[in-house]
Amino acid sequence: MIHTFVAYVENKPGVLNRVSSLFRRRAYNIESLAVGPAHLPGISRMTIEVEAATEDIAHQIAANLYKLVDVLHVDDLTNRKSVKRALALVKIDTSNPQVRSEIIQIASIFKQAEIVDAAPSSLILEIVGYEDTVERFIRMLEPYRILEMQRTGVVGMLRGSEPVSEGLAALEEQQ
Amino acid sequence: MAKKVKGADVLWDVLIRQGVEVVFGYPGGATLPSYDALHRHRIHHVLVRHEQGAAHMADGFSRATGKVGVAFATSGPGATNLVTGLATAMMDSVPMVAVTGQVNSHLIGSDAFQETDVTGITLPVTKHNFLVTKAQEIMPTLRKAFYIAQSGRPGPVLVDITKDAQAAEIEYEYDDRPIRLSGYRPSYKIDKVELQRALELIEKAERPLILAGHGVIRSGASKILQQFVEFTNTPVAMTLLGLGAFPASHPLNLGMMGMHGEAWVNQAIQEADLLLAFGMRFDDRVTGNLKTYATKARKIHIEIDPSEINKNVKVDVGIVGDLREVLEVLTAQVSAGDHGEWIEHIDEMKGSSAVRDIQSLPDNGHLYAAHVINDLWRYTHGKSVVVTDVGQHQMWEAQYYKHDYLRGLITSGGLGTMGFALPAAIGAKFGRPQDEVWAIAGDGGFQMTACELSTIAQEGIKVNVAIINNGFLGMVRQWQEMFYDKNYSATPMRSPDFVKLADAHGLPGLRVTKRSEMQDAVAWAQAQPQSVVIDFRVEQEDSVYPMVPAGADLHNMIRRPMANPIVETAED
Ligand SMILES: Cc1ncc(C[n+]2csc(CCOP(=O)(O)OP(=O)(O)O)c2C)c(N)n1
Repeated sequence: MIHTFVAYVENKPGVLNRVSSLFRRRAYNIESLAVGPAHLPGISRMTIEVEAATEDIAHQIAANLYKLVDVLHVDDLTNRKSVKRALALVKIDTSNPQVRSEIIQIASIFKQAEIVDAAPSSLILEIVGYEDTVERFIRMLEPYRILEMQRTGVVGMLRGSEPVSEGLAALEEQQ
Repeated sequence: MAKKVKGADVLWDVLIRQGVEVVFGYPGGATLPSYDALHRHRIHHVLVRHEQGAAHMADGFSRATGKVGVAFATSGPGATNLVTGLATAMMDSVPMVAVTGQVNSHLIGSDAFQETDVTGITLPVTKHNFLVTKAQEIMPTLRKAFYIAQSGRPGPVLVDITKDAQAAEIEYEYDDRPIRLSGYRPSYKIDKVELQRALELIEKAERPLILAGHGVIRSGASKILQQFVEFTNTPVAMTLLGLGAFPASHPLNLGMMGMHGEAWVNQAIQEADLLLAFGMRFDDRVTGNLKTYATKARKIHIEIDPSEINKNVKVDVGIVGDLREVLEVLTAQVSAGDHGEWIEHIDEMKGSSAVRDIQSLPDNGHLYAAHVINDLWRYTHGKSVVVTDVGQHQMWEAQYYKHDYLRGLITSGGLGTMGFALPAAIGAKFGRPQDEVWAIAGDGGFQMTACELSTIAQEGIKVNVAIINNGFLGMVRQWQEMFYDKNYSATPMRSPDFVKLADAHGLPGLRVTKRSEMQDAVAWAQAQPQSVVIDFRVEQEDSVYPMVPAGADLHNMIRRPMANPIVETAED
């Protein structure tokens, strides 16, 4: 089963390397990884999707993340209420006018999709949503000539109804 | 008041303030500023012959004393030579600090002469590492390094310091405020619910067994363990790295478990209804086949590293914490136990298994490695610090040298690093100058780091070196004999004349070929003021028994075949 972890880490050079090295060394399979600044200064936030065959392995993953000195806090979103989003940009060859109108139509079916760039012979579509929505959207585009595609990792956050973890509260306090 | 000093002076000063008196190292271009400042500080630098030796010496020093050992190397090849030693310390949770020089900070990333990505290379074999590019960072970083190395589950920490940071002049004042590392959690509050459940399981158990590991030594839990054992009358099985944590001669100490453990100990594990795993990590060498491992037992795991709980063996109760602290709480609340029947049953199993067959063998003119080690134990009165290498002799050491004393055995368990014994013994001697130190190595492993004899000679220290010379890479030969139709591929090994090699270093050497010479040989070694090298010419194709083949069930041990000449001669 895919688990989604959120990790707060020191924003220092080499930290991403430490995290990815851990996953490689322990043979944990990363599905996706997204990193960006957290709301706290000097701290980055990662969302990591990783395959964990059992709950015990999921605990191992969290415990091993905690062992990294630069990892400040870890939440496992998997069995909790959360919001998760992924994004994709897809550039499609639309030199054929027929294709162009079909693509525009597909974009309009998905309410999370948008045309973000239009050139004479290509369109760039953007989609933001649950990963499976992104997946479905891309599958719809597969029959066409895709010139480029970029997908991001999933980013996730616990819903407001979920209690804030102690560790995160402690982090806030330290600031 | 702050004074102006060089980064290099800060480096030595911080080491001294951490209590460091001796460091093991090898200089080079990127550490020149540090070595230039060395004479200004009261610290002894041991010049090794290879940086791997420096790392093992720091490791041996640490295991012998419980303090943090320190190794030094220059950038590039110096640092990469440390890697085996770091990995060895990492696998066995040994607190160590390695300091490496790095090229000038403006050259980093340019493939400069002797530049290597040392923090990158050592990332998976250190508990943590740092790159320091400014003199101002040397003090806080080194303080963190020592703190991380010895707190929580200990391990090696590497600090890579650029040459310009060592050379720069800064205003320096030592800061001894507590270290702040917000992402680092070395200690845990004992979980009361788990503790209660542990007490209940202990209360109910009829056939409990303690598995005592390296954590007993690292957390200083020997005394409280003994109290717990005696109060609850629970027998104890030891891991290789646990040997010495609980006296071998104690009636409730069953001996070693695992691949070359005692058959009755492994059998007891398989029959137990409760395993109390204290500071051990269920390594594959102690569990054998996990599917059939201790299936009748509930399991309580007390361990400082949360990621070890349920890693290899699923447990019923996991208590994360410092073993000594947890045992103190547990011992205060546990009720007295008896377990007479269970202990009697184990005694019966012990009686029927082939007791140490070699040990009871009369002298038949041959020399067996087990005899050498058993006699070493006898004539050193079990009081020597023994540092082993890796291979058959290591297992015989574990079987035939009875360790009653804490930190009496130093051996590379997790990584199984050949070449460990000699340098680690040097480190141990620096840590425990008053104690007798023996390095026991195979002819193969000895030759991996034999260059350190020269270090011994230069330092004028006293380490007795026993080479268990069987003309083979013995342990590999044993596996070839058992599992590869005696195809002795690349295991026969020719060696130099070790007595002459000792002589070349100005050290006395001796060759021993008969058991009758053992007592005199040990007495001779002890009487020499210098280090000595003894070449023990032992039986060439002897094997270590009993044995659980890799991945086999723990209770299915291969016993010494009765047709074995050793047993036959016993009847002579
Ligand atoms: C650095 C290293 N290389 C290879 C091995 C694999 N290995 C394990 S035991 C062994 C044989 C050791 O032979 P020797 O040092 O003569 O000791 P003996 O087993 O004969 O006591 C070897 C090659 C190892 N453990 N470490």
